[in-house]
Amino acid sequence: MKRKKSIAKSTMKVIIYTVCILLAILSIIPFWIMLMNATRSTYEIQQHAISLLPSKFFLSNWEVLKGKTFNPITGFTNSMIISVGVTVCTVYFSSLTAYALVVYNWRLRQAFFTFIMIIMMIPAQITIIGYFQFIYRLHMTNNYLPLILPAIAAPCTVFFMRQYLLSSLYIDIVNSARIDGGGEFYIFNRIVLPIMKPAIATQAIFAFVGSWNNYFLPVILLTDKNKFTMPIMVAQLRGDIYKTEFGSIYLGLSLTVIPLFIVYFLLSKYIIAGVALGGVKE
Amino acid sequence: MRRKGVSYAKYGYIFCIPFVLAWLIFSLYPTIYTTVLGFTDLKGSGKTEFHFLANPFENYVKILNNPSFQQSLSNTAILWIINFIPQVLLALLLTAWFTNHRRKIKGQGIFKVLFYMPNIITAATIAILFSTLFGYPMGPVNDLFMTLGLSDGPINFLLQKWTARGIVSFIQFWMWYGYTMIVLISGVLGLNPELFEAAEIDGASSAQTFFFVTIPNLRTILLYTMITSLIGGLQMFDIPKLFQNGGPDNATLTTSLFIYGQAFSGSYMYNRASAASMLLFIIIAVLSAIIFYIMRDKDAAQLKKQEKRQRKLLKEAVKAAGRAAA
Repeated sequence: MKRKKSIAKSTMKVIIYTVCILLAILSIIPFWIMLMNATRSTYEIQQHAISLLPSKFFLSNWEVLKGKTFNPITGFTNSMIISVGVTVCTVYFSSLTAYALVVYNWRLRQAFFTFIMIIMMIPAQITIIGYFQFIYRLHMTNNYLPLILPAIAAPCTVFFMRQYLLSSLYIDIVNSARIDGGGEFYIFNRIVLPIMKPAIATQAIFAFVGSWNNYFLPVILLTDKNKFTMPIMVAQLRGDIYKTEFGSIYLGLSLTVIPLFIVYFLLSKYIIAGVALGGVKE
Repeated sequence: MRRKGVSYAKYGYIFCIPFVLAWLIFSLYPTIYTTVLGFTDLKGSGKTEFHFLANPFENYVKILNNPSFQQSLSNTAILWIINFIPQVLLALLLTAWFTNHRRKIKGQGIFKVLFYMPNIITAATIAILFSTLFGYPMGPVNDLFMTLGLSDGPINFLLQKWTARGIVSFIQFWMWYGYTMIVLISGVLGLNPELFEAAEIDGASSAQTFFFVTIPNLRTILLYTMITSLIGGLQMFDIPKLFQNGGPDNATLTTSLFIYGQAFSGSYMYNRASAASMLLFIIIAVLSAIIFYIMRDKDAAQLKKQEKRQRKLLKEAVKAAGRAAA
């Protein structure tokens, strides 16, 4: 009887591990094929599109890729500028707003928090026509500010930061800093921000990745080739220019993904923990 | 030297100024602008001048009667059904396996990392990667199918309605099941452990515990994931745009992509696109209101329970006091 049960138990275990391993392979294999094909020639790919081993045409693919419209260095630099700007604005101003919600006792505090909960649900997509017309009238298309500054008002991040402050900030720290004569801004920047480091790290990762991956707003606002971000560069691989240059298409795709892989595997612990805490769905 | 009179309340207002200003300029103003444009004749590339229409709802009537708009709404529903049901079932199954006390699964950390990985990769890249993987006649998937003998000749996945929809749904499923799983696992870990201990003492099997204890307690989280996923589906843009540009034959056209097409291609009908955005806004507002209702409902129910308990305790206390007095 007992043996029967233990056999059933171990078969179950085998099933579970098999399913999990298959799913893990499913996560990896499309990217693996992509990376391998980035080093293979178009002829090889057309003969056999799947190879689990690399070939030696990386450099010639690179030459073809660079010889046309795809400019990975420009795309990388532009994406970096925007994403860093967005990350700094999101993290700093959300922390400031959350601090105001937690530490000070003002009359509209509760109302303001309810307001943040409500606007959390409004997606940017629905205001895009008005936003485009507004920026167009100001002649600010092809400028990065309209892509960066909206990040100052990030309701989801404020919500997350507020939860964090409520659980980890002792008001006595603020009070004793006041007795020592610290101004309110000084206290926030020098004492509270360091306390918030773990929350800032998590939210910074999500803000950065979200901005790095954003295609919708940049493709509408940016028309100058020299201002294109990485996702817009990638979208060009879809066009006729690269039609049959499979090797260089795969290489171009790989170039956008490699920085994300590096970030992800270095910080996956924080990312998974951040997702588990909720409040992020971009 | 006591400065009791100092009030810090004003700093609460001051520290919120950047957020409020940014919201007014970058969110509220464009929303109002979009609403206004929905009632005007603004169209044409590079145009900014507009006049109000004689019949203010003309754009709305045109959009509601537009077959592509109707198709985009039904596509959203179709794509959502074929990706969300398998997604949530798989996520629940994995949650059951990973949170089982009696059967410890090793390597959970690495599995979570790998399952969630597709979610952080650029959607634009994934869309193009999949359209290349499913390429015709010699994409990797066709190569695999023919090597395994699953099909005699290459299949043109990208030009058939249902295979294209299937692939877009699969991408969504593949990108999001890890997320859903992590959210559900954290939901289970947040439940009172006594619930599970009680079930174990009562002799419930793992399956029984999961179906009769875990799932009912996850109801709120499940509804929340369901609705946010639906809202996300309405806004889905990058994947259908770069996969087949809404095609073939509008089979993967989403509402967001429809709005983009109205405003930034063809005859640049900003007015129609604005009207469509407002309709989308209304749909999302209704869905969000449902989430709010569910969340509040739960709190209210808990409050009621607490009140009941307190009343009971009070009653007992009064009784006890009466007895003592007697």
